[in-house]
Amino acid sequence: MFEILEKERIGPGVNRAVISAPAIAEAHRPGQFIILRTTENGERIPLTVADKDVEKGTITLVWQEVGATTYYMSTMCVGEKFQDICGPLGTPTHIEKFGTVIGVGGGIGVAPLYPITKGMHAAGNHVISIIGARTEGLLIMTEDIRKVSDELIISTDDGSFGVHGFVTQVLQGLIDKGQQIDLVVAIGPVPMMKAVVNVTKKANLPTVVSLNPIMVDGTGMCGACRVEVGGKTMFGCVDGPEFDGLQVDFDLLMKRLAMYKGPELIALNNFRETPRGCQCTFPGGA
Amino acid sequence: MSDQEAKPAKKPKVPRQKMPEQNPIERAHNFYEVALGYDNDLALLEASRCLQCKKPSCMKGCPVEVDIPDFVAMVKAGDLIGASWKIKEKNSLPRIAGRVCPQESQCESKCVVGAKGKNEPCAIGRLERYVADYAAIHGDGKLPELPKPTGLKVGIVGSGPAGLTMAGALIKKGVAVTVFEALHELGGVLVYGIPEFRLPKAIVRAEVEELRRMGVEFKTNWVIGRIETVDDLLEKRKFDGVFIGSGAGAPLFLRIPGENLNGVYSANEFLTRANLMKAYMFPEADTPVAKGRRVVVFGGGNVAMDAARTSLRLGAQEVTIVYRRTMAELPARAEEVHHAEEEGVKFELLSAPLEIIGNETGWAVGLKLQKMQLGEPDASGRRRPEAIPGAIYEKECDTVIVAIGNAANPLVPTTTKNLETNKWGNIVADPETGKTTKDRVWAGGDIVTGAATVILAMGAGRKAALSMIDTFKL
Ligand SMILES: Cc1cc2nc3c(=O)[nH]c(=O)nc-3n(C[C@H](O)[C@H](O)[C@H](O)COP(=O)(O)OP(=O)(O)OC[C@H]3O[C@@H](n4cnc5c(N)ncnc54)[C@H](O)[C@@H]3O)c2cc1C
Ligand SMILES: Cc1cc2nc3c(=O)[nH]c(=O)nc-3n(C[C@H](O)[C@H](O)[C@H](O)COP(=O)(O)OP(=O)(O)OC[C@H]3O[C@@H](n4cnc5c(N)ncnc54)[C@H](O)[C@@H]3O)c2cc1C
Ligand code: SF4
Ligand code: FES
Repeated sequence: MFEILEKERIGPGVNRAVISAPAIAEAHRPGQFIILRTTENGERIPLTVADKDVEKGTITLVWQEVGATTYYMSTMCVGEKFQDICGPLGTPTHIEKFGTVIGVGGGIGVAPLYPITKGMHAAGNHVISIIGARTEGLLIMTEDIRKVSDELIISTDDGSFGVHGFVTQVLQGLIDKGQQIDLVVAIGPVPMMKAVVNVTKKANLPTVVSLNPIMVDGTGMCGACRVEVGGKTMFGCVDGPEFDGLQVDFDLLMKRLAMYKGPELIALNNFRETPRGCQCTFPGGA
Repeated sequence: MSDQEAKPAKKPKVPRQKMPEQNPIERAHNFYEVALGYDNDLALLEASRCLQCKKPSCMKGCPVEVDIPDFVAMVKAGDLIGASWKIKEKNSLPRIAGRVCPQESQCESKCVVGAKGKNEPCAIGRLERYVADYAAIHGDGKLPELPKPTGLKVGIVGSGPAGLTMAGALIKKGVAVTVFEALHELGGVLVYGIPEFRLPKAIVRAEVEELRRMGVEFKTNWVIGRIETVDDLLEKRKFDGVFIGSGAGAPLFLRIPGENLNGVYSANEFLTRANLMKAYMFPEADTPVAKGRRVVVFGGGNVAMDAARTSLRLGAQEVTIVYRRTMAELPARAEEVHHAEEEGVKFELLSAPLEIIGNETGWAVGLKLQKMQLGEPDASGRRRPEAIPGAIYEKECDTVIVAIGNAANPLVPTTTKNLETNKWGNIVADPETGKTTKDRVWAGGDIVTGAATVILAMGAGRKAALSMIDTFKL
């Protein structure tokens, strides 16, 4: 179980793996995630199920290297197995025919956005996807997103590809143009989601965001994943990960995400000093 | 040890034998077990204190009615393996119960020796632990004889003491058993909550291994209500019955300003990081936990004691338990409070939290507390704490652990059709049989009673197993 069947590097520091997990593939709905442990002493980290194949019994994970666990995962090779994968977790995305749905994805957020876009498209929505990154080389999964979108707009902060500017500027452009918009789904770094909400709030557009608080169990047992939505404390792992963006306290989320900055650095240094396995998709080194 | 002067005419009275323990100064910095266990001499001395009552009242104090005088008699006779089987007839997890049961309010509170208050009761729990540990090491490891498979199969949700007891009782009747557990380790609170220094994980693992050898199937990382529902287990997988023992694992918070600041934990999170995720080994194990310098724990139960004592062991300089009543009302076991005090945990009594104060980076740096006084007794018979008007003060801290209780986790109840819950979200089940309002579904343990004890959860698992056996006409 949980064997890596395929693995590739799809961008700088970004990897994609197809993993054998038949029961999870079958039960999974868009918007849900898994929690994995690489090894016996590994940390439990949440990752979105970016895609799945029920017939083959596989799920796809896409991760960005940010710390000890995600770097370690990049050294795992086809044929290796994860110690544990628990899922699916979280409340699935509410998918129905809304009309026109705009999906806004920034950076690694494009991976979790993909299954939702796919679901919204299959439900008969007119889907406009806005995908952004700092620079062309950091764009991921654009072709996947294109296949499940009616329109795709790409932007880069430095103008190296597509529209020169932020995804929020593209979104503002659509609003100013009078584009009919029934729902906005935004997933990406917290500052990006906050910026999107600043735009949609003014235009009074319903906005769903997917939050990434620190988690442990993912079943509502510990409360590590506390977020505040509309002034109320909610548990990201069971009440979310998706919430009404207009109500989310993003500043609190950013502070809570930084809670373990110190130990994380120690863990990363520790990882750098430990001999590691396969380097096939790991050219630069940590 | 003995401070009683023996009069030559009378047989000398043997006092209650003390539990050998690691010394407090040393143990406050390690995670090894605090209580070291009796040796043979101590066990024989203690067993000799039992009067072998004809009508043993101790048994009435035991929620699963272990045959206490019988097993103690076997200890006296030197048949420790026999004694362990005697206990196992009623209590399938004696190594665990011998360590974590609140004996002082159960069997030992009813013991005749201690009845007049002149002497201390027979140390039944310590004997139970000694016998069960002895059998685990010196037994032949043989499994009880298993009957032919009946063709029936049962699914169990949760691998806490309720679920494990249920599994053991059914597999011995030839029922195929599959246990579904949300976490990656089996044992429920026994592995994620109760710390290593009170209950070594190896013991829980050994009990689980024994069930596995008997043929119980375990599925970890399996969250019922997400990957499958209870209805799926009954309809799609065609289980003949399902037992829900999913525990009370949903932490309560104080609902005061500042509760979501960094450094503020539920006891569940703090203990899970420290125990299950081995944060005390960080960075050899990957999971970190805030190693506070000044730690404050809110609450007065066993969970609060565990959190406080764990903080000390992680290296905190000062750990304070803040409780709104007095020492007399602390709900924790007297022994645990005593252990905590010995190790250097401070108690700030008659004090209640008003606010957690944060700095600009979102970390907790202090508390605003309200001085309390005791008023009239409330519904629970304990005197109600009341705020002393104007008596508000501040206290510095960098880590706050909230240990004020757990509510029912709604994940299973809300995803199961026709399953009745009460106003607190606990599953409604017959206290004698564990039967719920849903056909072929039983429930027991903390998910039914609210946060309680290991032995009550085991008792509930056992009762439900008997009810299932009855229903299946085995
Ligand atoms: C529901 C959900 C879905 C996610 N999906 C994806 C995804 O598809 N792809 C992806 O690359 N990332 C995803 N993330 C983020 C991912 O979980 C973190 O990047 C990962 O945990 C970092 O672990 P690390 O040990 O490599 O880094 P660390 O050095 O431990 O941490 C780096 C940063 O990651 C965050 N983090 C650390 N531990 C956790 C934890 N246990 N839970 C959540 N965040 C943590 C913190 O902000 C931390 O500062 C998701 C997070 C959530 C909550
Ligand atoms: C820190 C702490 C210290 C304690 N100390 C003592 C003590 O000294 N003595 C004592 O007698 N009692 C003590 N208790 C209480 C005691 O541990 C509990 O009463 C007892 O464990 C309850 O057993 P249970 O089987 O009902 O549930 P639990 O032990 O809570 O086990 C439930 C299991 O079900 C799993 N689960 C939950 N939801 C799902 C799902 N949807 N799908 C699959 N699995 C699921 C959980 O992960 C868990 O493993 C303590 C409790 C805590 C938290
Ligand atoms: S009540 Fe005390 S003395 Fe009597 S049988 Fe039980 S343990 Fe022994
Ligand atoms: S991760 Fe533990 S409650 Fe959400």
